[in-house]
Amino acid sequence: MDFTLHVWRQGTPGSKGDFETYQAKNVAPSMSFLDMLDLVNEELTRDGGDPIAFEHDCREGICGSCGMMVNGMAHGPEDLVTVCQLHMRSFSDGDELWIEPWRADAFPVMRDLVVDRNAFDRIIESGGYISVRTGSAPDANAVPVPKPDADKAFDAAACIGCGACVAACPNASAMLFTAAKAGHLSYLPQGQPERYERAIQMVHQHDEEGFGNCTNHGACQEACPKGISVDYISRLNRDVLRARLAGVAFDST
Amino acid sequence: MELDAKIPSGPLADKWDLHRFEMKLVNPANKRKHQVIVVGTGLAGASAAATMGELGYRVHAFTFHDSARRAHSIAAQGGINAAKNYQGDGDSIYRLFHDTVKGGDFRSREANVYRLAQLSLNIIDQAVAQGVPFAREYGGYLGNRSFGGAQVSRTFYARGQTGQQLLLGAYQAMERQVAAGTVIPHLRKEMLDVVVIDGAARGIITRDLGTGKIEAHVADAVVLATGGYSNAFFLSTNAMGCNVTASWRAHKRGAAFANPCFTQIHPTCIPQSGEYQSKLTLMSESLRNDGRIWVPVRAGDSRPPHEIPDAERDYYLERFYPSFGNLTPRDIASRRAKEMVDAGHGVGPGRNGVYLDFRDAIQRLGKKAISERYSNLFAMYEKITGEDPYTVPMRIYPAPHYTMGGLWVDYNLMTTVPGLFAIGEANFSDHGANRLGASALMQGLADGYFIVPLTVGNHLAEVAPGGVDADHPAFRDGVREVEEVQERLLAVNGNRTVDSFHQELGRLLWDLCGMSRSEAGLKEALAKLPELRESFWRDVRVPGSGDNLNQSLEKAGRVADFLEFAELLCWDALERDESCGAHYREEHTTPEGEALRDDERFSHGAVWEFSGVGHKPARHREELIFEHVPPSQRSYK
Ligand SMILES: Cc1cc2nc3c(=O)[nH]c(=O)nc-3n(C[C@H](O)[C@H](O)[C@H](O)COP(=O)(O)OP(=O)(O)OC[C@H]3O[C@@H](n4cnc5c(N)ncnc54)[C@H](O)[C@@H]3O)c2cc1C
Ligand code: SF4
Ligand code: FES
Repeated sequence: MDFTLHVWRQGTPGSKGDFETYQAKNVAPSMSFLDMLDLVNEELTRDGGDPIAFEHDCREGICGSCGMMVNGMAHGPEDLVTVCQLHMRSFSDGDELWIEPWRADAFPVMRDLVVDRNAFDRIIESGGYISVRTGSAPDANAVPVPKPDADKAFDAAACIGCGACVAACPNASAMLFTAAKAGHLSYLPQGQPERYERAIQMVHQHDEEGFGNCTNHGACQEACPKGISVDYISRLNRDVLRARLAGVAFDST
Repeated sequence: MELDAKIPSGPLADKWDLHRFEMKLVNPANKRKHQVIVVGTGLAGASAAATMGELGYRVHAFTFHDSARRAHSIAAQGGINAAKNYQGDGDSIYRLFHDTVKGGDFRSREANVYRLAQLSLNIIDQAVAQGVPFAREYGGYLGNRSFGGAQVSRTFYARGQTGQQLLLGAYQAMERQVAAGTVIPHLRKEMLDVVVIDGAARGIITRDLGTGKIEAHVADAVVLATGGYSNAFFLSTNAMGCNVTASWRAHKRGAAFANPCFTQIHPTCIPQSGEYQSKLTLMSESLRNDGRIWVPVRAGDSRPPHEIPDAERDYYLERFYPSFGNLTPRDIASRRAKEMVDAGHGVGPGRNGVYLDFRDAIQRLGKKAISERYSNLFAMYEKITGEDPYTVPMRIYPAPHYTMGGLWVDYNLMTTVPGLFAIGEANFSDHGANRLGASALMQGLADGYFIVPLTVGNHLAEVAPGGVDADHPAFRDGVREVEEVQERLLAVNGNRTVDSFHQELGRLLWDLCGMSRSEAGLKEALAKLPELRESFWRDVRVPGSGDNLNQSLEKAGRVADFLEFAELLCWDALERDESCGAHYREEHTTPEGEALRDDERFSHGAVWEFSGVGHKPARHREELIFEHVPPSQRSYK
């Protein structure tokens, strides 16, 4: 298969980027999208060019490193896959492919397709954990967790922190990510003591980072490779509301 | 070289307890004056950083990833062992200890393994308290499964994402300390050297992968949690970024390296589909519980699998090992698959796989039952290969997966360089010559949450905080040397890409120092490696410059280290003139074709001391003493 690629190239953060056109020739349908980019990069390097920078590591859809827009779709056209799990057999010979980084103010481009997603770490720092010191835990079976709750917690915990939800959202909101992280802990008995404060803190940090507001568009859920449901956003919103009514204050210390 | 494993005296079961009592404590008021560097934020590093932060040390956590959560640990699928005996099926700390020593084919330290089995209980408690969503039964209590041929159900799991869920727990615990100001994250920083002053580790040199800046960082202790080196083979199940750089550079600064030839090849991976491929995907070992492994009896048979009648199928594991069948240990299953493929029985487009067939299990249990057990794995397989395992047997082939060897550490997890510790897959400690399934996560977290925070304290109690700063000549020299290596890499400007060298190295190691090894093959490898290394330095092309994000330069540095390290790997495989665990020397087999240990000559850890690139390193030994599990020959017939 042969493809024409239009790839976003940008040398450094803040510099002006643009699309460059490349030909990807003799691509096997069994190649993954990133194998295809590797092939283009090998050729670019041999021809004295500059390979395209993109993030990746596990290449099996779990580390959350990879991510790019392919023809305007986060992680490309297939449902429930990351771009490293996308295969070239999903495209037709001769297709033109437009490849861009995630676009969001809170995810500045570092180079080509690589963006800085540290804002996600800071949302976790603001409260995305259960405060338990090493060594102070009770026996693991001391607190049973009803299976339906455990399953709901798990569905949210499956988030890989890739940022596709942000890239897909017209407002560049990260509420799906934030809600998945808070939702995981809020379904577990261990997560209850800090539940409302956590909701307030995480949503506050989300806004501080410059992510947009959620206007219930639903594009995030469509783009999410792990099928995280927007229902978790409603749950987080309810928790924030309940927290405000109960007078849980935002703690800025 | 002095090797003192510092195994505490006293009865096996009390050693760790007594040792904790004997270790020195750092005065709480002094803790925050001590700087500790942790390199790596996988399960081992993130858990260590979080815990040392909680204890009050000033911890600097480094990773080359863009977030601590992306470490390779995230990809672990199957589960984590613990001797909780929640199933009441006869498990105990002693049984887990016993299984691990035996599984390691009697090449690990009893005292370390016993401590690991003890701490396994605390790990599960800690993880559940953090919100790790392990599988549960309908009553709400934790579920277990049997894994990798274990005869008790002691594996805790979280769907197919046990590594991700445990790492998120450790990462979140670490981020909590970041918020508290006790852990300072250093993201996208690659460690390129250890700084040793007056014989002790006092810091590291890093490159900022965004700006290219080379920086010096000072500390009172350095903990390496930088993972394993399976990517020396180029194609492996490890994440693309896994590398040996941190361990190798520490080795060059004096940290001994132990048992590098103990590398584990995992039997159930998806075969390579083309030359372009740079990474292999693991299919969980649990599939062997219900899948039957076979190849066509006739070599070169190219009929589609459903056209091959049962009489013309060779269920070779069931034939060789009637009692264990498809559940033989990893090393045996891997080696037998290679033999079949080498003899021309391989299947699939590349003739490079064997079948793992669920036809009979589906007939026996129904499609629904199989789907309940494996639907996510089947879906993953179909995503990658485009084939439906419910109707077409899976194709599998072995791939490099885990490295038991690593930096030598004593009972305190300290290397031969005082103040330099190694934890997780980066050290050589607990798995001997072969690791059992679901035991790596356990070891990484035991090291990180429960051992190293205390043993680092024991070391710091002897070191006055501060004392050196980044102006010390050793730091300035370290920065300069790292800059020089980088400039050299950029200056070669040859004709070949970094990957092409990595690929060539991988093929060489796979052929000559892979699943089975021979004296002649290893000598051939040792003759070829220096040539390959020289051609790399003559002909590699690293585009771009050093002062911004340059992924080719990052890779080049790692491949340069693999090229040096590969020789050590081969030396170790050559000098260990026996077969044991995952190390299979063709010259040493039982009449049935199994690994034949030589306890008379090799009941020791091989501990290597660096003596210059291209020079034969010096081999030392740590003798192993088995007081509780008498060495026996494995038999799976
Ligand atoms: C596909 C797969 C499945 C597995 N499944 C299981 C399983 O089910 N059960 C089990 O017990 N084990 C399993 N394992 C093994 C297990 O996952 C690993 O052994 C374990 O996670 C290693 O953890 P670690 O913390 O030691 O290192 P890693 O998780 O590899 O982390 C290394 C860290 O070091 C950093 N780093 C490395 N070098 C540098 C440097 N020079 N500078 C800065 N940072 C650096 C990296 O950024 C990373 O943060 C599996 C392995 C694979 C490949
Ligand atoms: S919610 Fe989905 S899309 Fe967003 S970061 Fe998590 S996995 Fe990615
Ligand atoms: S590379 Fe890890 S999710 Fe794609």
